[in-house]
Amino acid sequence: MTTTAILPPRRLIARTLGTPGAVAGSVILAILVLGAIFAPWLSPFDPNATRVCPRLAAPSLQNLFGCDLFGRDIFSRILHGARLSLAVGLLTVAISLIAGTFLGMVIAFLGGRADRIGVRLLDVMLGFPAIVLAILIVAVLGVGAFNAALAVGISGIPRIARVIRSATLTLVGREFVDSARAVGASQTRILRRHLLPNLLPIVIVLGSLDLGSAILSTATLSFLGLGAQPPTAEWGAMLSAGREFMRYAPWTMIFPGLALFLAVMSVNLVGDRLSHVLDPRASGSDG
Amino acid sequence: MMARMPWFLRRILGIVPTLFLTWSIVFGVLQLIPGDPVMLALGGTPASDEVLDNERRRLGLDQPVYVQYLTFLKKMAVGDLGNGYSSKQPVSEMIAARVRPSLELALGGLLVGIVLGVVLGIAAGLRPHGWIDTATMSTALVGVSLPSFWIGMLLIYVFGLQLEWVPILGDGIDALILPSITIGLFLAGGLARLIRSALIETMAQDYIRTAHSKGLSIVRVVAKHAMRNAIIPPITLLGLQFAVLIGGAVVTERVFARAGLGSMLIDAVLTKDIPLVQGLVVYTTTAYIVINLLLELLYGIVDPRIRSRRA
Repeated sequence: MTTTAILPPRRLIARTLGTPGAVAGSVILAILVLGAIFAPWLSPFDPNATRVCPRLAAPSLQNLFGCDLFGRDIFSRILHGARLSLAVGLLTVAISLIAGTFLGMVIAFLGGRADRIGVRLLDVMLGFPAIVLAILIVAVLGVGAFNAALAVGISGIPRIARVIRSATLTLVGREFVDSARAVGASQTRILRRHLLPNLLPIVIVLGSLDLGSAILSTATLSFLGLGAQPPTAEWGAMLSAGREFMRYAPWTMIFPGLALFLAVMSVNLVGDRLSHVLDPRASGSDG
Repeated sequence: MMARMPWFLRRILGIVPTLFLTWSIVFGVLQLIPGDPVMLALGGTPASDEVLDNERRRLGLDQPVYVQYLTFLKKMAVGDLGNGYSSKQPVSEMIAARVRPSLELALGGLLVGIVLGVVLGIAAGLRPHGWIDTATMSTALVGVSLPSFWIGMLLIYVFGLQLEWVPILGDGIDALILPSITIGLFLAGGLARLIRSALIETMAQDYIRTAHSKGLSIVRVVAKHAMRNAIIPPITLLGLQFAVLIGGAVVTERVFARAGLGSMLIDAVLTKDIPLVQGLVVYTTTAYIVINLLLELLYGIVDPRIRSRRA
């Protein structure tokens, strides 16, 4: 890829909103983000307060999405769940991106044997089904919302590192790197000042494409009992609890699932479009 | 020496270092589990130092790590996965007992995925930008955002609990319908997209125009001429998905309470049964590598051009 100039923010936003899907995604995402930020003021009830309504009560005007087994307001729990899901998703992507970019840049820059060994190891890691790798890491770290985010983040590192390595290789042979070397720039300086800025568009694209699946994967771990633990208001954990009562109270699983679906879809719609705008050629490729 | 071997032998030998590295990573990662493995092996029951020492010796945990590692590799190579902490049974037998539910589900999901994906992919690819194409491609886009456990639960609720068309539990073939659909839906989206793009590309080729001009029916053109050349990417996708699925559809098995390898892995992690976790991950990744190899050998037979490429 060439050095895609990052557009000024206003033009970037205008171009990102260029398709109906991206507009729909942005609107849903904006609602979710606002809901997450203002959850403490918007929720009618304390998300963890029990017996604020009858157990498994159906949706009503007081309790828009109904109540769970402990008489907690599902609407309030979903709003608070949005905070956790979005925060955990961002944390997860940040872990994969920072570590993956660092690793990919370094092995490509060192080249030779380091590169060969690095690529071989990365390829082996990519042979693990993503969910199995994440579960293996949870086995080491132990269950919990933070550990689940860490596990999903770590399991995403090899893929990012592989793409960044390829992208770095195309840059290392270019003139500006040679001239930086010629004027005596140190290796760290070349990596930090010359290579990293040129890789940023790809990093942003990778991050925007990964955020949706990061949110989904961490919710999946919680659903499996390996992530956020009760009584935390987390969508995956709520779905897991709702599974038991769906015969009598389907709303306990319908609304958390809907929230998760909308969050992942809106992030994917915006991310997909953003990747086209930032780098039409890199989107969807895996180097 | 390698260069003079037949291409398939080179490929087969080529997986040895991959298997070795994969197993080493599994061993290395599980070494990082905090806490004394002997305590975990005893399931937290209080024991005297003597009992602990005996157990440590029995499990080989008194040896230095590199000895443990070599023993591990030696055992893996002959398929000995050790004994589970909680059941005390050989892990290989425990896995063998659970292979069937996972395999049935994998095959069921694959069947639904292939039927849906091929039909929709061909329909979309023959008339790009027609209504079937638009509908299929937008559904596929939405589909990647759907949590599979949610879809599974909605299917249970609508078809199992409300309409009562299918049982939601049990070992029968009818209890396999909903979980297979859950998995199949996800396979179908990716498959339809691949078939569509491959078909659009092939249908534009000269030999397809020739086939048309010979007066062949559209079914014959698609089945005999176009699909043959568009088939490798979809087969790769299906093969790799199948490879993941026979290790257990972790989420779907949980939703439908099926006792397969996926739910076994979750239970093993929750109970900190390290040999069982290790055995399951080794089994899953090995199956993945071996199926990958079989796919490559298959392409080599189907398409001689692939054989000459570098291993």
